Amino acid sequence: MVKIKVVVCIKQVPGTTDIHIDPQTNTLVREGVENIINPFDNYALEEGVRLKEKSEEISQTVALTMGPPQAEQILKDALSVGMDEAVLLSDREFAGADTWATAVTLAAAVKKIGDAGLVIFGKQTLDGDTGQVGPEFAQRMHMPFIGYVSKICKLDRKSIQAERLMEHGYEIIEAQLPAAISVVKDINEPRVPSLRGKMKAKKMEIPVWDRHHIGLDAEQVGLSGSFTQVVKVFTPQSKHEVMMLEGSTAEQVEKLFGKLKQLNVVQGA
Amino acid sequence: MDIKVFKDKCTGCKLCQKVCFYDAVDIKDKMAYINENCILCGACIEVCKFDAIEIKEQAPDMDFTDHRGIMVYLETHDGRVLDSGFELLSEANKLKKDLDTPLYALVVGNICQDEAKKAFRYGADWVYAAMHAVFENHFDDIYSKVLVKTIKKVKPDIFLGAATPFGRTLIPKVAAILKTGLTADCTGLAIDSQSKLLKQTRPTFGGNVLATIVCKKTRPQMATVRPHVMEKIEIDAPKQGQFKEIKIQPGHYGTQYKMTGTDKKQEESINLSDYEVIVAGGRGLGEGKNFSMLKELSEVLGAGLGASRAAVDSGWISYPHQVGQTGKTVNPKIYIACGISGAIQHLAGMQTSDIIVAINKDAAAPIFKVANYGIVGDVFEVVPKLIERIKSGKPLIE
Ligand SMILES: Cc1cc2nc3c(=O)[nH]c(=O)nc-3n(C[C@H](O)[C@@H](O)[C@@H](O)COP(=O)(O)OP(=O)(O)OC[C@H]3O[C@@H](n4cnc5c(N)ncnc54)[C@H](O)[C@@H]3O)c2cc1C
Ligand SMILES: Nc1ncnc2c1ncn2[C@@H]1O[C@H](COP(=O)(O)O)[C@@H](O)[C@H]1O
Repeated sequence: MVKIKVVVCIKQVPGTTDIHIDPQTNTLVREGVENIINPFDNYALEEGVRLKEKSEEISQTVALTMGPPQAEQILKDALSVGMDEAVLLSDREFAGADTWATAVTLAAAVKKIGDAGLVIFGKQTLDGDTGQVGPEFAQRMHMPFIGYVSKICKLDRKSIQAERLMEHGYEIIEAQLPAAISVVKDINEPRVPSLRGKMKAKKMEIPVWDRHHIGLDAEQVGLSGSFTQVVKVFTPQSKHEVMMLEGSTAEQVEKLFGKLKQLNVVQGA
Repeated sequence: MDIKVFKDKCTGCKLCQKVCFYDAVDIKDKMAYINENCILCGACIEVCKFDAIEIKEQAPDMDFTDHRGIMVYLETHDGRVLDSGFELLSEANKLKKDLDTPLYALVVGNICQDEAKKAFRYGADWVYAAMHAVFENHFDDIYSKVLVKTIKKVKPDIFLGAATPFGRTLIPKVAAILKTGLTADCTGLAIDSQSKLLKQTRPTFGGNVLATIVCKKTRPQMATVRPHVMEKIEIDAPKQGQFKEIKIQPGHYGTQYKMTGTDKKQEESINLSDYEVIVAGGRGLGEGKNFSMLKELSEVLGAGLGASRAAVDSGWISYPHQVGQTGKTVNPKIYIACGISGAIQHLAGMQTSDIIVAINKDAAAPIFKVANYGIVGDVFEVVPKLIERIKSGKPLIE
C-alpha cells in the first residue's frame, strides 16, 4: 500500500475583532478588518504538520482552500508553518457557495490530489460558522467522519483512533482510512512560522485550479450548486441597558441576591 | 457572478463598501463595482438606500406539494430524550399553525416506549420511534440510516434537529445524503406569509450579525437549532396521536466506527448546556486555585462552571469549560461572569443568554455592555459574600 497524503482544508475569513456597529446608520463597519486564516484552521494545519513529523506513513501534506485570488495569502501562511504543498481553488463561478457546494468542490479537488488518507477540517469558521463543510464533505467522499477531535491517539496507513469531545464527555473512536476529521482548539498549540519557513513559502508556486481543472459542471458549484441562500443580513437590535448595582459590597450583594430571587434561582429571606 | 449594480440608481455613496466584510466593493466614478472577492452574502443589498444592487435569483418553479408537515428529530442520551428536542417540538407546534400541517416527532435511541411517547406532551401528532440497542453509541452512519429512511417515507416539508455536537455531525450527513439545504445553529424560525418558506435566522460573525437563510430548490428544508433558545411548552391536555414503531433489523445497521473508550464520568458541571445557570470565571481570578471559590458558588446555585479563554489557556481549568468563539456556545437563563473582561470572542459564546450578570473591578470592561446587571467590585469580596448570603438565607444588612 502506498503512503498516505494528509490534506488540510482552510478558509480565509474577515477577522471579527474590529467589526463594530455604526451608531448613526446602525450598520456594521468593517474598516480596517484584516483577512485572516480561520482560527480553528491553525489547529488543523498544526496537526497535519505534526503527523507528518511523527509518522513515516505520510508521504505529503497539502493545504487546500477555496476562495478569491487573495486567499493565496493563507496558503503561503500554511506553507510557512511546514505544509509541503498548497492548492488554491479559485473561479468566479465558485462565488456564493453554501456548505454543500463548498463540500462538492473540495471533494473534487481532494480526488484530483489523490491518495488522501486523512482530511482535516477546523471545527467551524468565524464568518459562516456552520461547521457543516467537514461532515458534508465526508458524506460526499463516502468517508467516515469524526468531529470535535481533541486528540489523535493513533494513525497508521489503515486506521485512525481519535478522541472526540461530545456534550457529555470524551469518547475514543476508531475508523478506517481514508477518513475526515474536524479539530477543536484543545488538540495542540500551533507554532509560529520560522524565518526559514517564510522564505521557503515565498518562493513556492501555488497552483490555481478552476472548475474545469477539477471536472465539475457549472450547476454544481457556487450559487447555482447551492441549496441554501442568504436572503438577509442585518445587525441585531441592541437589547438593553445595563443596570448597575451600586453601594458597599454588602449592599451590592444584597441587590444581586434580590434579583436572583426574582428569577427563582435562590430562596431565602 | 449573479450580482448586479444598476447604473441609473447607484450614487456612489459608499455605504455598501463600508458594510462589506469581504473587500468586494470598489467605487469608481461615483459608481459601485463588485469585484471577485464577493461571496454574495447580501449585506450590501440590505444597506443600499437606492435599491441599486440586486442578486439575480433563478427562482425555479418547483412543485413540492408532495412534501407536507414538520418533522422534529429528538436526540436521546442514556435512555432519555434531551430537552432540546422538546423545545424544538414546542416551537414547531407554533410554526405548524401557519402551515396547517401535521407535526411528526422522530425519536431515535436505546430507549423505551414511554420515553418516546413523551413527545405527545409537546404537540406531536405522530411519533415515529426507533428504539434499539444499536443506537447505544452515537455513530452518525447508524443514525443517518434511520433518519434518511423515515424522511424519504414521510416526506416532511421541514426537518429540524437540535444543534448539539452530535446533531451538528449527524444532520449535515443526512442533508448531504438527501441532497438538500441545511441552515446551521438557528436562533429564530418563521414561516414567510407569502411564499410559505421557512425563514431561518442565525447569528454569524460571532453573533455580531444575523443572517436569514432560505432553501428554495430542495426538500425538506432542514435546520439545526441552538439548544435553549426556544421555550419548552408542555400542553395541558395533549391528545393521543399516532405512535409508529420503526422496526430495526440490527443486521442492516452496521457501522464504520468502533468505540474504544469513553470518559463520561468527567468532572461535574462540564456539560454546560444542561444548566439553566452558568457561573464563569476569567483572568480576574488571578490564579487557578481561586476557581475553587467559583466552584463553590456554582454548587450553591446548582449551576454549570464556565471560563474565558484566558483562564483555560493559563491552565486554571480544562478546555471543556471554555465559553466563546473557540469554545462552547451557551444559552442559559442566567450567566454570571466573574472577572471576565468580555472580549468579543467571549461574548460570541454567551451573549444570547437571557440574563447576564457581570462582576468586574474595571467599570470600563466591555462585559458591562452586554450585561443586564453589573457590579463594579472585586470578585474576591463579592463572590464569598454572595456564597455566604445564599447559604445563610439571611440578609447581610438589617
Ligand atoms: C452570513 C452567512 C450565513 C451562512 N449560513 C449558511 C448556512 O446556514 N448553511 C449553509 O449551507 N451555508 C451557509 N453559508 C454559506 C457558507 O458559510 C459558505 O460560505 C461555505 O463556503 C463555508 O461554510 P462555513 O464557512 O460555514 O464553513 P464551516 O463548515 O464552518 O468550516 C469548517 C471547516 O471547513 C473547512 N472549510 C470551510 N470553507 C472552506 C473553503 N472555502 N476552503 C477550504 N476549506 C474550507 C475548514 O477546514 C473549516 O475550518 C452562510 C454564509 C454567510 C456569509
Ligand atoms: N480581583 C478582580 N475582581 C474583579 N475583576 C477583576 C479582578 N482582577 C481582574 N479583573 C478583571 O478581569 C478581567 C480579565 O478578564 P479576561 O481577560 O476576560 O479573563 C479584566 O476586565 C479585569 O478588569
